[in-house]
Amino acid sequence: MENFNYIRPAKVADAAKAMKKAKDGKFMSGGMTLLPTMKQGLASPSDIIDLSGLKNSGVKVGSKSVTIQAGTIHADVAGSKDLKKAIPGLAKLAGGIGDPHVRHKGTIGGSVANNDPAADYPSACLALGATIHTSDRKLAADKFFTGMFSTALKDTEIVTAVEFPIPKKCGYAKFPNPASLYAMVGVFVAQLADGSVRVAVTGAGAGVFRVPEMEAALSKKFAASSLDGIAVKSKNLNSDMHASAEYRAHLITVMAKRAVDAAK
Amino acid sequence: MPAITMKVNGQAVCGDVEGRTLLVEFLRDKLGLTGTHVGCDTSQCGACVVHVDGKAVKSCTTLAIACADSEVTTIEGLAKNGKLHPMQEAFREHHGLQCGFCTPGMIMSAVDLVKRNGKKLDDETIRHELEGNICRCTGYQNIVAAVKAGAANM
Amino acid sequence: MSETGTGIGARVKRKEDQRFITGKGNYTDDINLPKQTYAYFVRSPHAHATIKSINTAKAKKMPGVVGVFTGEDVANDKLGGLICGWMIHSKDGSPMKAGPHPVLAQGKVRYVGDHVALVVAETKELAKAAAAAVSVTYAVLPHVVDVADAMKAKAPVHDVAPDNRVFNWSIGDEAATDAAFKNAAHVTKIDLVNNRLIPNAMEPRAAIGSYDTGTESYTLYTTSQNPHVARLVISAFHGLAPEHKLRVIAPDVGGGFGSKIFIYAEEVACVWASKHIGGRPIKWTAERSESFLADAHGRDHVTHAELATDANGIITGFKVHTKAAMGAYLSTFASCVPTYLYATLLSGQYAIPNIYAEVDAIYTNTAPVDAYRGAGRPEATYVVERIVETAARELKIDPAEFRRKNFVTAFPHQTPVIMCYDAGDYAAALDKALEMSEYSSFGERKSAAAKKGKLRGIGLSAYIEACGIAPSAAIGSLGAGVGLWESAEVRVNPVGTVEILTGSHSHGQGHETTFAQLVSDRLGVDINNVSIVHGDTDKVQFGMGTYGSRSGAVGMTAISKALDKIEAKAKKVAAAVMEASADDVEFKNGTFTVKGTDKKMAFGEVALSAYVAHKFNSAEIEPGLKEGAFHDPSNFVFPAGVHICEVEIDADTGVTEVVSYTAVDDFGNIINPMIVEGQVHGGIVQGIGQALAEGCVYDKDSGQLLTGSYMDYQMPRAADVPNFKLAFTCTPCPSNPLGMKGCGEAGAIASPAAVMNAVTDALGLRDVAMPATPQTVWKAMQPMKKAAE
Repeated sequence: MENFNYIRPAKVADAAKAMKKAKDGKFMSGGMTLLPTMKQGLASPSDIIDLSGLKNSGVKVGSKSVTIQAGTIHADVAGSKDLKKAIPGLAKLAGGIGDPHVRHKGTIGGSVANNDPAADYPSACLALGATIHTSDRKLAADKFFTGMFSTALKDTEIVTAVEFPIPKKCGYAKFPNPASLYAMVGVFVAQLADGSVRVAVTGAGAGVFRVPEMEAALSKKFAASSLDGIAVKSKNLNSDMHASAEYRAHLITVMAKRAVDAAK
Repeated sequence: MPAITMKVNGQAVCGDVEGRTLLVEFLRDKLGLTGTHVGCDTSQCGACVVHVDGKAVKSCTTLAIACADSEVTTIEGLAKNGKLHPMQEAFREHHGLQCGFCTPGMIMSAVDLVKRNGKKLDDETIRHELEGNICRCTGYQNIVAAVKAGAANM
Repeated sequence: MSETGTGIGARVKRKEDQRFITGKGNYTDDINLPKQTYAYFVRSPHAHATIKSINTAKAKKMPGVVGVFTGEDVANDKLGGLICGWMIHSKDGSPMKAGPHPVLAQGKVRYVGDHVALVVAETKELAKAAAAAVSVTYAVLPHVVDVADAMKAKAPVHDVAPDNRVFNWSIGDEAATDAAFKNAAHVTKIDLVNNRLIPNAMEPRAAIGSYDTGTESYTLYTTSQNPHVARLVISAFHGLAPEHKLRVIAPDVGGGFGSKIFIYAEEVACVWASKHIGGRPIKWTAERSESFLADAHGRDHVTHAELATDANGIITGFKVHTKAAMGAYLSTFASCVPTYLYATLLSGQYAIPNIYAEVDAIYTNTAPVDAYRGAGRPEATYVVERIVETAARELKIDPAEFRRKNFVTAFPHQTPVIMCYDAGDYAAALDKALEMSEYSSFGERKSAAAKKGKLRGIGLSAYIEACGIAPSAAIGSLGAGVGLWESAEVRVNPVGTVEILTGSHSHGQGHETTFAQLVSDRLGVDINNVSIVHGDTDKVQFGMGTYGSRSGAVGMTAISKALDKIEAKAKKVAAAVMEASADDVEFKNGTFTVKGTDKKMAFGEVALSAYVAHKFNSAEIEPGLKEGAFHDPSNFVFPAGVHICEVEIDADTGVTEVVSYTAVDDFGNIINPMIVEGQVHGGIVQGIGQALAEGCVYDKDSGQLLTGSYMDYQMPRAADVPNFKLAFTCTPCPSNPLGMKGCGEAGAIASPAAVMNAVTDALGLRDVAMPATPQTVWKAMQPMKKAAE
């Protein structure tokens, strides 16, 4: 790994300033993706701006929404008793990210800002219609995720929290890559407070995406059987040695049904 | 090169690190605590697991400098006053190790999972919780038995 | 034998565990020597290429760089190349075509990861940075990564083998086997691929080489299963230094599984280069990604097999043709794996009168392939047990009964493929396994599974292996370059404590405990007063190391023979001290007594007397109590057993779960059942890994290794496997005094066939490729689903 300047600011504004000053800076939250990437030599930033010094952690459940501070580690999201009551599907998702050690360091803010196509959180954000709070503004998840490893974030902009509207019910089903345990296909299904249904898929394409046909079918009747015969076209899906696009397309339907069955 | 201080196994230590120095490198190379191992370069095998501020983490994917002023416990610090930790004892009692290379990380993970899941554990929970630790020798059966027994004695 | 206490048969807790559970193990990478430097290897990014030029000038000028070495330096120094120590001759009598394997590439690279240059610097980081500055110009050549295509490759891997064929070897009587097929009532045919595996011992390979300019001698710390063999090869073939000027130390080694038997370029390069940097130690520790690229891989066979049966379902003939990948170079023992460790086991547990096998060993532009847990015997068991199961299904005979009616039942049994099975009771293991696995009620479990959308299948594997390798004269006649005896020295100290110096090497097997159990049992010495010394060529007499499940049957027998000598000598000493005839002295439970008297001496007293030497005539009895022995076995040993696996397949996703696994093994007499069970568990999981998870994949087009990390190579995790049901049967081995067979490889040998027989049973298919990953199984199910629609 190439060496770098290490900065751990205590304030969001200082973090943004440090980024502005850096030649090729990177924000780091838990570092669970960034550090392995750097160890492999695939990234060599001049400056690491460690956001753990911001100490913005916590899950706050309101009457209509849940706000999770960006620095909250996956283990704390998974373990939040309040969240388990309000949005159990989200707590379950967090409890299935990586492994226990990753869940002790990785954060929701880091995951959302990185937008790894195989990350779990983006599917929940999209399906629940979350709002991403940043140092500069608030963005709807639909506008936030813009493609593989890309988001609407500007260079010095930092995710500060994610706000999830409390749905009627929701569920998440993941088919992990058998080697890496990242999502090969993950489907988050949510029936929102207004009765509308959203289905978001991660791991299968270049980035997280919604499935309108499934949403329409589930809006009529929120049952796994509503998804019979509905499949995402394999054309734009990822294909690798672990799963062809066709297999991923098949798994999307299977996982969507399981997510519906698991929805609480 | 900045100097950092931290508490490792109850003792205050300090040392010079680069930004890129990993916690495992600091422990092994600077402090000579070679019980923590490196078995992979993609943060998956778990041979490097230590506790930082009471939480099990992979020290190969943790910057030493980010642990400044933290409390770190490694396998060397688990036994207290010459008495083995119940989890160490259980690994020996149940033949939960063969070559011993994954063992420190396995034991540190096991202690952590008991803290989070309680002392009464079923096989399924233990096996699921060990998803971040790879062992090539034991086939896991005796590790699971060891963790179960160790948990009960913690 | 009792399971309590500390003697033979007891479940003694391991003596070595204390240091491992407290983080005090001493692995190669834990060792740091004064003035140590660090190595990083420049490796080939191409599967096959000519090296046009190497420019090291820039790297040499970089900060902290101590030296940069290339193939030219190796050639100038006349450092010999890596060797393959087993000569195989083709059917036509020609010797195998071994291409050169220089320690650093000379003119050509032949696989991605091939070692091109060595950079030595003050730190790991500086060495790595300088390695990136070594500029190599390549002219890329066509490559081949699949054994099936390799004989038609456009550019041969080695000029010496224009069709990439290393040898075309055969065993058995072709004419007799053809005749058996002509008269067969039924012929079963199957095509099988035994997938390439990457061993993945959890400790990556490492080495520290140093040169003492004062004594002009080298020391090499290395992750080796057989340090003496490493010293012999580095001395005699690489020509680095005579053996007495080269010390090889293999300290704690974190798993081997075969992959640490071999002598590798990196360790030779480090110890060689040390002299060129003024003797400073050079340390190299593989990154895991390097282990994936450059450790010797395992398996990689493509096989066509045919089995002839008569009208009564009795096997009359067996024909096998295998193409075995060797990779880009012949590794240390590569050539014996798909020949004498493979085809000699094709009779399985069955009385097959006629067998003929032909093996083409083939170069591919991939990492070398060599012995990996089981080495040839898992491949043989896979072929035998898959075709036997398939034949039973075709003949509509219960697979268990089909096996039973073809079992060898009388011993010794000479197979048509060299091996002479000495003892066994195959039906006993089958009966026990059927009972423990509740074989007869499988149908109920299958129906219950179907109700939850799961396809349940059951599969058997009745394996046999030849291990405890091996009788030296026998293997010498088959082409081995070394003998495979083992050595031991027993040193009894004046106070009665005992040191055992053994040529065996423990890298997880628990020798410090089991060997001490033997000594405790024989001498009545407290197990804590016995220490086992191994892994250092300066301390231990020449020995052959640990592989092929040989440390018990061969290594412990050597100790046992040395203990015989100790006992005989001690009796003489005791007789002199007690003023009796040596013939009247008896030794039991650590006490020497004189027949018909109440005279007695404890073992420790006799030891002291032997060293004090006051009470006997030193012209008749030499002082001291130290004896050595070399043991060369008279035969292989033949562990055998029956494993039964049940799987459930999720019809929606193709996920296969091993839901039940029973293993009944006959290892002869067992020293420590706890340790043996652990060996079986680990072996089974490696086999389940091969069957369901692990598969090394090289990209056909680029020749790149696609499964180059744990992100893509699936290692079995705790949640991927169940608890196993184990039991042992026992027919003591007649060829060693302890009656031991070997247990280290059995699990990995038996389990792939058991799992895949269960998977194919669940799916109703003849074959599914290993690893039967969810995607593979899902794809295999598609034609069935279409047919059902």
